Amino acid sequence: MHRALRVRVSSSRRSSLLMMGSVLCTLISSLLVAGLASSASAATPTYIQGALVDSAKSPIAGVTVSAIGPNGFSGESVSDAAGKWKIEVPAAAVYEVSINQEQLPSGQALTDAAKATIKANVISLGFDVTILFPIGPGVEKTTDLERSAQLLADGLILALVIALAALGLNLVFGTTGLTNFAHGELLTLGGLLTYYLSAVVGLKVIFAIPLAVLLSAFIGGYLQDKILWQPLRRRGTGLIAALIVSIGLAIFIRYLFLFIFGGDTRQLPEYAGQAGLSLGPVSITPKSIMTSTIGLAMLVIATLWLSRSHMGKASRAVADNPALASSSGIEVERVIRAVWILGATLASFAGIMVTVNQGVSFVMGQDLLLLIFAAVTLGGLGTINGALVGSVVIGVSIQLSTLFIPTELKYVGALVILILILLVRPQGILGKKGRIG
Amino acid sequence: MDFLFITQQSLSAAIGVNTIIFALAAIGLNMHFGYTGLLNFGQAGFLAVGAYSVAVSVVSFNISLWVALLIGIGNSIILALLLGIPTLRLRADYLAIVTIAAGEIIRQVARSATFNQTLGGSDGITGKFGKEFFDLNPFTAGLDLPFLRFTPNDLWVVVVGWIVVAIILFLMWLLVNSPWGRLLKAIREDEDAVRSLGKNVYLYKIQSLIAGGVIGSIGGFVYALSRQSVQPDNYGTALTFFAYTVLILGGAARVMAPIAGAVIFWFLLVFVEQMLRQAVSAGYVPEWLIGVNQVGQIRFMLVGLGLMLLMIFRPQGIFGDRKELALDARA
Repeated sequence: MHRALRVRVSSSRRSSLLMMGSVLCTLISSLLVAGLASSASAATPTYIQGALVDSAKSPIAGVTVSAIGPNGFSGESVSDAAGKWKIEVPAAAVYEVSINQEQLPSGQALTDAAKATIKANVISLGFDVTILFPIGPGVEKTTDLERSAQLLADGLILALVIALAALGLNLVFGTTGLTNFAHGELLTLGGLLTYYLSAVVGLKVIFAIPLAVLLSAFIGGYLQDKILWQPLRRRGTGLIAALIVSIGLAIFIRYLFLFIFGGDTRQLPEYAGQAGLSLGPVSITPKSIMTSTIGLAMLVIATLWLSRSHMGKASRAVADNPALASSSGIEVERVIRAVWILGATLASFAGIMVTVNQGVSFVMGQDLLLLIFAAVTLGGLGTINGALVGSVVIGVSIQLSTLFIPTELKYVGALVILILILLVRPQGILGKKGRIG
Repeated sequence: MDFLFITQQSLSAAIGVNTIIFALAAIGLNMHFGYTGLLNFGQAGFLAVGAYSVAVSVVSFNISLWVALLIGIGNSIILALLLGIPTLRLRADYLAIVTIAAGEIIRQVARSATFNQTLGGSDGITGKFGKEFFDLNPFTAGLDLPFLRFTPNDLWVVVVGWIVVAIILFLMWLLVNSPWGRLLKAIREDEDAVRSLGKNVYLYKIQSLIAGGVIGSIGGFVYALSRQSVQPDNYGTALTFFAYTVLILGGAARVMAPIAGAVIFWFLLVFVEQMLRQAVSAGYVPEWLIGVNQVGQIRFMLVGLGLMLLMIFRPQGIFGDRKELALDARA
């Protein structure tokens, strides 16, 4: 209870800018994402709609799409000659929209079998929701071995997303002691900025991504630390108090995103229905290969930077003993700022990986946060290698577990693994003993 | 703008069903966090276990409601043991992550199609499982005063609910002022010191987890009975976080604080919502800025902002004692 945020700089300046600042921070981000929401007119009929196209981009007609909603609502639509389908819905709610896969022409199938039923969130009447069923060349029935290989590949990609996010979370924890529950919102920020820059501003996705990463690093890393966390460190805010502040921040930002952006999952305008390439037993989309390669490169560079560069070594010194680091001439606050910027950069790219491959919604970060925490806790809080090991264990076990348990329970499996490992090793796989209470 | 209506809605909410549910959740957290220093982020799981125990026992297994309530308490004790035995050796931040994971496991299992038959999947369970309770309702008419309004059933839930809250608070007051309660506070302040006096810290932490968890599951009973339905997504992490907001608003480690926190929380939440809603429909707030359907999102933004501000500027809450629980202590 009595541990304070680890770094206290002997500054007499009490920051009164604190809250004004955090409001400013979110205002800036809201300006950037503004304009996505258009006003509703309640009386207009509201549709869940979409267009079915095959891997050669030609429309598919005569396929039934059905929607199930609350209060026993169900609706159906058959795709027309242009591949279009449209279901009118009576109320704002979450609908489960399913496609009848058997009616797809031969040689065509869903590229992701889990997407046969997609949730459509109608936030309010007047907002149509567009649903995209990813259709590509059909795959033949697979053996268990092939399926395992595919799941392993999927698991490694998920592990990469988790690792990118976990590294930043762990660095911030290591240097300042903050358990940041708002870290997931950094992923959402990266994804939403990419969506905004490409779909609304009209940049090509290739240019939108680096710009979104830069903006996220600035807003989510530099500004967030400067405006909120640095003043809190100066006040000597306790660790648990800071943890609860981060929960408040996460709730605030999440609903701000919902307010501006709406509740549905959106796809980027380019590369939406990309067909998978077959690499041996594994099918993987080119966009997934691209984003994973860049993500892996970022992860390797970040790890090298932490182990080789002056600043990286300084960050480990700060994590080890801030007072000693400070007295040996390390500028502790600068190191922490660098760690925040690095963390936001990596996390925003993790969010972009998810956005490019699965689309973005305001709860994306929240959904992943628990897995990120699981990875970090599993590996050992505050250890760099631990975060990487934990991410691989969580990512791969989530995907491979679907061989044995229903897909919808795969996260439960991962969380159970987390609890079981902590039962045997309370400090995590690579954690130090001293970290347990 | 209809200020009478706004006042009626806000005051009714301030002593209404939701206030009772969140007060009970927060009283449980007060035992965990306020008195023992356990950072339990899985409180929603305890409410879910309470609510589902009642609904499943009555609807799927045709058990009497009164037996179902006992089953609910039994289940929450089992959950506390399952949760506590592996995790209570962990440091605060590990405990937070593991308990939040446990809460999510419960929610995702409850909403999964695999257990659709008994747990109702993502739609949950709706049914007349509170019939035995509402059969006892002596109120034939509801309450319809200018400042308060309840339906007969809500009135019955509210009256019984507050009696239950009062009994629990009295027991809580006895407990925390007993040697047992002083030991919990000592664990919160310095675990090693307590251990050096020969006390089994682990055992006391589990007892605290059970006590707070059972109180939380009683909140789950109220949640399920008042609505005559349980829905898995009502028991997400947001419920736990809002219960923390209630607790911190009132002031952790004060027996009465969760009540004050819950009353103020729900009054403000409904007041802000009604004000905004009316301001939007009366045209005082332009439609392009806030749509009628976005009012709900704004009030949650305010909850988040409020939690941050509270923790930064007044961590002891409204009635808390800064010395009792120095959340912003400088080490």
